[in-house]
Amino acid sequence: MTQPILSVNKLTKNFGGLIAVNDISFQVKKGELMGLIGPNGSGKTTMLNLISGAFKPSTGQINLESTDITNQAAHMIARHGVARTFQLVRILPSLTALQNVIAGCVYGHVKLWGEDAQQKAEALLHRVGLAEHINTPTDSLTYIDQKRLELARALAANPRLLLLDEWLAGLNPSELNIGIQLISDLRDEGTSIIMVEHVMDAIRQLCDHCVVMSSGIKIADGSVDDVLSDPEVIRAYLGDEHA
Amino acid sequence: MSRLNKIFSQISKQEKRIALYCAIAFAIIATLPLFDQGFYLSISVNIVMYIVLCTAWSLFSGPTHYISLATAAFYGIGTYVVAIGIKDIPYPVLLVMAAIVSGGIAGIVGLATLRLSGVYFVVFTLGLSELIRQIVTWVQTNFSGSSGLYVFTDIREMHVFWQLLGLAVIVYIVGWLINRSRLGFAMQIIGNDETVAKHLGINTAISKILLFMISGAIIGVVGAIMAPRFSYVTPPSAFNPIISFQVVIMALLGGTKRLWGPLLGVIPFTILFDQVGVYFPDQTSIVIGVAFMAIVYLLPNGVLGLIETIKQKFTSSTKKEDPT
Repeated sequence: MTQPILSVNKLTKNFGGLIAVNDISFQVKKGELMGLIGPNGSGKTTMLNLISGAFKPSTGQINLESTDITNQAAHMIARHGVARTFQLVRILPSLTALQNVIAGCVYGHVKLWGEDAQQKAEALLHRVGLAEHINTPTDSLTYIDQKRLELARALAANPRLLLLDEWLAGLNPSELNIGIQLISDLRDEGTSIIMVEHVMDAIRQLCDHCVVMSSGIKIADGSVDDVLSDPEVIRAYLGDEHA
Repeated sequence: MSRLNKIFSQISKQEKRIALYCAIAFAIIATLPLFDQGFYLSISVNIVMYIVLCTAWSLFSGPTHYISLATAAFYGIGTYVVAIGIKDIPYPVLLVMAAIVSGGIAGIVGLATLRLSGVYFVVFTLGLSELIRQIVTWVQTNFSGSSGLYVFTDIREMHVFWQLLGLAVIVYIVGWLINRSRLGFAMQIIGNDETVAKHLGINTAISKILLFMISGAIIGVVGAIMAPRFSYVTPPSAFNPIISFQVVIMALLGGTKRLWGPLLGVIPFTILFDQVGVYFPDQTSIVIGVAFMAIVYLLPNGVLGLIETIKQKFTSSTKKEDPT
């Protein structure tokens, strides 16, 4: 059996008295698309921030394959090959679309510069459907285009593990289909992905495996169908009377 | 925008032409001492000095938006390196030492403070200059028994001018090289969004410290070059906090988004200060204060921003008139 790309072991994060992530363990296999779901405030984004190094865990361990990344700084984790998008889209407004993507492949897991970086960035902009916006000032891009740009930037690093934080949120139905198709293609190419998401259609269509969090605790872990019919999960989302 | 997309390009024909024009301009300016050794040379020394100081300051503070008031500290350190060593060590060696000591202290300060953000950094850098000044004063009065040091050399004002001019060339070349490098690109990203920068694999702390050191080293050399002009160096003159504030005002007036931006602030301001000093010698602080407020209110992006806005308006209006 191959080693999982990511294993999280008894991870806890508290902010003062608030325990945002409480003793959580799970694994992501290579090439797997894992959904991380749960009601608002259940600690999903905190979980991603712990993996990407934005926060340091209070206790517990995170391994990227055989590398212990538990207490490493965000830039070191990025160099090990973890790339992410942000819940509230974060593009680099004073740079062009092309430069935003180039930024993803200069300092991280792959280190390109010059022509190579430019070609890679152009190819990725085509890939996410932004070919005609290569020189558009980024603040005049629409919301979905900004999200695409952020994804292209994350992909520019050739990530071993890609973290998507509600990348599909806020898209209209036709944009959503395009978005789902894009992620589906990435999965088919073998990219390992963790996706925090509220869009249930997307979760059903895309995820190989789901972890459900509620109030910082893992309440379910398994295949999408099993997890979504779990009474505990239904109770967390909809309240006791529906369970 | 097109400029930004060309970060990787080879040196273009246009850049070569600009470099040639700049070289000619510098050569012409360098002949100034042949025509005048009085007022015009004196004010030109001030102008070139502030051009170097403001450009070096903007190398760091432009992209990071960290307002450093440590200019006086690095400048004073440079001045004192020369004042202390001039009797025993050859002058060119002292210039290099000034760069190393100032750059080194910038590195230590950077390690301690660049994790701080915004206003804490500003206050710390101001405090640092004052602290160093007080320490130097204390050491001098307690151990050397005098309040200052004499700097006697054969260096005359025109030599100071040529040295500063040479340093200006170096600063512009260094700045241009940084802008084309990974470090320059990283600084642009950090200036946009530091969190994103970290997640892209940029060691933001090291990048900022490196740039702060380069900037501090250059400012230290300016202080060293100016030392012979003082003749008698005292802590209040070498670590004069007014220098720190004037550099911020001039650089912001010019604009920090282009390498040559500060130039646009330095020339009018140095001339203004000179005239104020002549006609209203007791009101210079008031003028600095009013000027600072006026800049912040009227020209938030400096003269450079104003020029670019006008240029944009002009090009968009000509486009509208063009029926195609």
